[in-house]
Amino acid sequence: MSAVDIVFFINAAIAIYAGWRVFVTDSMVRASFFLLVSFLAVGVIMLLLAAIYLGVALFFMMAVEMMVMALFMVMFMMNPAGLNPMKMVHQEKVAIGVGVVAFVALGAVALFGEFPSRPVPEGLEPVVSLGHELLGDSMLVFESAGVTLLATMIAVVMLTSHKGRYGDANEGSQPPGLEPGGDPADKPPEDEGGGHHHHHCH
Amino acid sequence: MTLATLLILAAALIGIGLYGAFSQQSFVMLMMGLELILNGAMLAAVSFWALTGGGAPEGQLLTIIVMAVMAIEMAMGFALVISVYRAKQADMTEALDGLKQ
Repeated sequence: MSAVDIVFFINAAIAIYAGWRVFVTDSMVRASFFLLVSFLAVGVIMLLLAAIYLGVALFFMMAVEMMVMALFMVMFMMNPAGLNPMKMVHQEKVAIGVGVVAFVALGAVALFGEFPSRPVPEGLEPVVSLGHELLGDSMLVFESAGVTLLATMIAVVMLTSHKGRYGDANEGSQPPGLEPGGDPADKPPEDEGGGHHHHHCH
Repeated sequence: MTLATLLILAAALIGIGLYGAFSQQSFVMLMMGLELILNGAMLAAVSFWALTGGGAPEGQLLTIIVMAVMAIEMAMGFALVISVYRAKQADMTEALDGLKQ
């Protein structure tokens, strides 16, 4: 077994273990970091496969993406530090069945499928060939991806804007309570003193 | 490191991702399942490029497209999470049983 094989099997084990831990850990933030570890392990495997540009791009992209995801976890989720046992799943048996069936089916394709053996030639420079492809024949695909990402940015700003189609997007919504089912967090009780009321109606 | 072992690893990642996407109640965890599926898909694409494609650059190009899809999925997913949260104060898929007015 060569050194490349050893590195591959270590990273494959890390990728699967971290991917599995994403869905069983008690902390949402830890889940996003486990996903990052899984992506980084796959990035290392891409480097082993000579896909240098893609492996490095995956490192950078996933590092940033998982930071954003961790931030969202802290903003929206309970239990970011994993202090309490937590399990938020539905239809778990069906989900396990779907996952196992997909793994068995795809694994069968991997084991019994017949694929041509035409590895990357020795002299090929993968980054250079990808650059020629992107900036030559596949320019349209690359630019389409760019325009699609721009459209995504515009759509994201539109969806998250405070200004909705029919006025204020926040109208009628209230902040969540500090406890489940409790009063909205930023509103004082109605009968409290009245000292904070503003009197603008002169 | 043969094509079969690489594809089995990709299949495992896709299977785990499918489990996550089907089982998680939280939107963000559901998106994590989708990301894991795309992770496996990217690995399979790169494996085919490296071991069966004879160095043709289209395999790498496919992976770049999957990466773009991943970025779009995440950005739109987070925007939708914010929208749903504004409208319903909820971050769980069960809250979406009544989307129609």
